[in-house]
Amino acid sequence: MKKFLLAGTALGALVAIASAPTIAQQKTIKIGFISSFSGPQAVIGADMRNSFELGLDHLGRKLGGLPVEVIYEDDQVKPEVGLQKTQKLIESDKVDFMVGHIWSNVMLASLKPLIDSKTFTVITNAGASQLAGEMCSPYVFSTSWNNDQTPQAVGLYMNQKGIKTAFLIGPNYAAGKDMLEGVATTFKGQIIGRELTAWPTQVDFNAELSKARAARPDAVFAFYPGAPGVQFLTQYAQSGLKGQIPLYTAFTIDALSLPRLKDLALGIPGAQHWVRDLPNDTNKKYVADYRARHKADPAFYGAQTYDAAALLNAAVTAVKGNLSDKDGMRNEVRKANFPSNRGKFKYGPNHIPIQNFYLQEAVKDGDEFRMKTVATIVENDQDKHFQKCKMPN
Amino acid sequence: MLGPHPGVNPRPGDREESMLYLIEQCLNGIQLGMLLFLLAAGLTLIFGIMDLVNLAHGSLYMLGAYFAATFAGLTDSFLWGIALGLLATLIAGIVMEVIAFRPLYGRDHLDHVLGTFGLLIFFNELVRLIWGPAGLTISLPPQMLTAVQVLPGVYYPLYRLIIILTTLAVALLLYILVMRTRIGMLIRAGASNREMVGALGVNIKLLYTLVFGLGAALAGFAGMIQAPISFVQIGMGENILILAFVVIIIGGIGSIRGAFVAAILVGLIDTIGRVFLPDLVRHFVSYSAGSSAGPALSSMMIYMLMAAVLIFRPEGLFPANR
Repeated sequence: MKKFLLAGTALGALVAIASAPTIAQQKTIKIGFISSFSGPQAVIGADMRNSFELGLDHLGRKLGGLPVEVIYEDDQVKPEVGLQKTQKLIESDKVDFMVGHIWSNVMLASLKPLIDSKTFTVITNAGASQLAGEMCSPYVFSTSWNNDQTPQAVGLYMNQKGIKTAFLIGPNYAAGKDMLEGVATTFKGQIIGRELTAWPTQVDFNAELSKARAARPDAVFAFYPGAPGVQFLTQYAQSGLKGQIPLYTAFTIDALSLPRLKDLALGIPGAQHWVRDLPNDTNKKYVADYRARHKADPAFYGAQTYDAAALLNAAVTAVKGNLSDKDGMRNEVRKANFPSNRGKFKYGPNHIPIQNFYLQEAVKDGDEFRMKTVATIVENDQDKHFQKCKMPN
Repeated sequence: MLGPHPGVNPRPGDREESMLYLIEQCLNGIQLGMLLFLLAAGLTLIFGIMDLVNLAHGSLYMLGAYFAATFAGLTDSFLWGIALGLLATLIAGIVMEVIAFRPLYGRDHLDHVLGTFGLLIFFNELVRLIWGPAGLTISLPPQMLTAVQVLPGVYYPLYRLIIILTTLAVALLLYILVMRTRIGMLIRAGASNREMVGALGVNIKLLYTLVFGLGAALAGFAGMIQAPISFVQIGMGENILILAFVVIIIGGIGSIRGAFVAAILVGLIDTIGRVFLPDLVRHFVSYSAGSSAGPALSSMMIYMLMAAVLIFRPEGLFPANR
């Protein structure tokens, strides 16, 4: 399927290039797309690409009436590679839009060329706090969140559950630090341990888990996105901690890791701004069509990227295809007046969504494991960095 | 929000408990050491006997993991995956030796580095062609997902305990093979004086192939037992190969005993450093700065040990040719 899609995309691109001279009037919109397409995190990149393709298909593969060409590039989860690919897309492919980015550190490395070249960019996952604060840009929008918002919601839920002491663990990079800081902001109990592990190399957590056991906290909070999350939860069970100390998570259990985690994921709460069962029409169509095409649930990575297609469509439609009218596009997108699979939301002054965060849990539904919304933890949550953002208008 | 001494010594004053905690962390260090030993044993034999720097040793670690994951998937059994994976890595190692390494013997070390680095890239691309870029996973049988009480109050993951015990058994077998058998005698002789062994009429070619196959199987075994704990992915052997080289430099090139002692030493230092250094650093700088500087500092410790060994005992702790 993947190969077929890739071949289809390549073919589409070729056709677009070949037919360009004959319909010189009609401009093709070029979109550069950066995500991880190799290594253990490639499943995330695939989820994002599949969702973006689905979003474009739902729009008839046109944005504001103009045909679209997408160039996918693999960042290999490395900031230097992400930067290189970003520069290539801007300078050599001369893309009109940039979409993607999973990793905060990769995104931060690529941010300067994006801002300097005034490339209209939609970040569909990476939520580094710098982007919400001092590094905000009039050309960059997020369809995701700021890193610390989701763990803040988890911290609030831990308060509700009467947790008095917590042990926090996450990877030692931009997002890991933001995440642990996020829990610490809202959690009212005492934090008796805070571990940062080498990223992305370390996936053996034995020493840290021994430390957590010795600290005897009421709860452990963990942030391990993607494949390392599977390792963390497996080793949490292996060490016998699973029955002893309740685990709370952010971005660790999702539709991509569930098929591998299965029973290991049950009973471990997490928070998210989007869950597969959110009852709005855009979401129902997105999840149903994604499942029909890929025989699996999309994850939040995909959901955010699906939204990027609708966002770009709204922007291009508002300026009637005049892509140089960046002010016009920005003013339209700021209204967040496009259908989103999370439901209605607003944009903060820093172009980060103001939105709800839900409590979610994995459930077993027949033979399939699925994510399920349990409750709303916080409504219309705005990140706490927006005042540091001096958005030039 | 933080307590007075956040994260620092979890139960201050409770001597017995912190002792048990230290034992648990030492077990963690020994487990890492055991894994390193499996890799370093083959590396040190190949380096010591054939005088060959093999940068592609990590590729065998990777191949072992891919083979085991594939066979475990086909047979639906973890143990069959390991058994068939071992056989496949052994064969791959022998084929690799016959085709790619024989022309390299006796040449300059720079040629070895270039040649085996090429092999490393070749194997990464080969794996990408055969298994795709995403990597594989091996799931443990559910019975392994528990911890056992090894000492009163010390719980340890069952699977890791099995790793330690199995590797100890492998180390013992290797010791018997090298020290008590005729082949072992030739291997030791080869490590001290290759030309003489050849001159005495020993089929040195066959011996080399044998040693290489053995080293390959050991590296592959390391890859497969580590696979359920980490990922089966392209390039997985490269980071750990660096550590394995550190081990053989500390232990003394060509010495199995040196590799064993150095591997445990490196495993212990790495783990203990990872556990205690961040807390130590936090006493001197701010909490969050300590949290991120600690891990960085602890990962340097083994290299400092290596530098110290190179300065004071350049031939390693247990030089083979003495």
